[in-house]
Amino acid sequence: MSIASERDSEQAEWMHHPVGGGIVTRRIVLWTVLVLTALFLVAPLVLIVTSGLSSGVGVFMRNLTEPATLHAIWLTLLTALVVVPINILFGLAAAWTVTKFDFRGRTLLIALIELPYSISPIVAGVAYLFVYGSQGLFGPLLDTLGIKVMFALPAIFLASLFVTAPFVARELIPLMQVQGTDEEEAAVTLGAGGFTTFWRVTLPNVKWAVVYGAILCNARVMGEFGAVSVVSGNIRGQTTTLPLQIELLYQDYNVVGAFAAATVLTAVALITILIKVTLERFGEVPQSGTGH
Amino acid sequence: MRRRVIPGFGLALGTTVLYLGAIVLLPLCALLLKASGIGLTQFWDILSSPRTLSAIRVTLSTAFAATLFNAIYGLLLAWVLARYSFPGKRILDALVDVPFALPTAVAGLALTALFAKNGWFGAPLDKIGIAVAYTPLGIALAMAFTSIPFVVRTVQPVIEDLGSEVEEAGRSLGASDVQILWKIIFPAIFPAFLAGCSLSFARNLGEFGAVIFIAGNQPMKTEIVALLTYIRLEEYNYEAAAAISAVMLLMAFAMLIVTNAVQTWHLRYVGRGEV
Repeated sequence: MSIASERDSEQAEWMHHPVGGGIVTRRIVLWTVLVLTALFLVAPLVLIVTSGLSSGVGVFMRNLTEPATLHAIWLTLLTALVVVPINILFGLAAAWTVTKFDFRGRTLLIALIELPYSISPIVAGVAYLFVYGSQGLFGPLLDTLGIKVMFALPAIFLASLFVTAPFVARELIPLMQVQGTDEEEAAVTLGAGGFTTFWRVTLPNVKWAVVYGAILCNARVMGEFGAVSVVSGNIRGQTTTLPLQIELLYQDYNVVGAFAAATVLTAVALITILIKVTLERFGEVPQSGTGH
Repeated sequence: MRRRVIPGFGLALGTTVLYLGAIVLLPLCALLLKASGIGLTQFWDILSSPRTLSAIRVTLSTAFAATLFNAIYGLLLAWVLARYSFPGKRILDALVDVPFALPTAVAGLALTALFAKNGWFGAPLDKIGIAVAYTPLGIALAMAFTSIPFVVRTVQPVIEDLGSEVEEAGRSLGASDVQILWKIIFPAIFPAFLAGCSLSFARNLGEFGAVIFIAGNQPMKTEIVALLTYIRLEEYNYEAAAAISAVMLLMAFAMLIVTNAVQTWHLRYVGRGEV
């Protein structure tokens, strides 16, 4: 009996069969995951779209053009239009600060930038109430001046700014970290001003990461529920964004209407994922980060 | 510190700090200020009331159950995405992002309809005597849905980076599949796995939108902390809302410190592996 030859065949075997690579194991693991994913992640999407369109496109459109729902769609778009650009600018400034310069407190600043990720939207909403509400720090002052922040548009914008503040910065920081400061330093040495350097050197290098962060930010703004729910006061036809409108319709037992509104937001989510996948595929941005 | 060549430091730092101060820190400080003004006795009374305690218990137990489910499902999902190639893999990878992209209210609505007694899954489950909607099981399910990407996206890159050399070395020394899995692969991905689980748990603790649809929201039974805060606000009981929110905020800070510690450990672990 030749031990050596036995070892050789064994060796050939493990070279081609990594752990979990056996046909049986592979099948069991793969099918478990596929079935669980179909039940857990796909079924909800299918249910929303089929329920939304179950009574036909005509009914679907009639539900969407209901004045309250139409207003909610408009308010959601307006919020995204205000919040996303501001957080793009913030993301650029924050990423520029922590990646192009070295200073004391840099780590702390990065932690602060990411802080909103860890805070429950409800807590964020309550926190805003204690700044701008009648019970809050600036409440009495705002009352005297006759400026309404709480339970009005400004509060919706502010709460949305809070929850999505890290979205663009989060995509830019790792990328700009890797890119370093050589190109900017070269530009400055050649006589470019700060703004020219940013506009012609830094921005072209990160433009796709900005787009990537912006679409993730947009999806979250359009879908934010908890924080907006607290600060908006949920006034029908006035401060209800689309996610809040879904809950109102559901509570009114208008399930078809709720699903019609949900279908719109699902479409936004699917488009977001499509753009994300496309950007990743063309290698413009790194593959799936943790994105939290 | 080396001399700064690139201009604009003052402007960029100023903008960043000012914005974070106004948008993030100011509200959080206002909340803590309000909570600290309540007085210790009242603060304790609010927190130790049976309803608050029950909400905390429901939240912690369902968040833990959801994290446990995600730990297993997420690990398998990451494993499949990192090590197997099969048709439709790109689609599966994209599906992992659904819970991040889908608004929580939409997720809550869909899961409730699926698991209600007349729903696609609720009806057959009801026949065998399992109720999901309007029970703690439903809460855990909604939490698991919203936080599954955390585990997958933290573990997946680490499994992908796992070199086949260590595995082959183990095999050549006569280790069995189980031994390689347990003694070589699992220790290498464990820090990332733990980090993903703690991120998932933190998210579960604060989840609101997806849960309130499916929870039924019965006080003392299926009421989570986030919802209790909301209810206290609607009752104009600002002290209670402030106290409960402050506790949630402190729990978030605690989870942040734990997660950071795990991730630092993880980075050190990865760094050591590369040497």
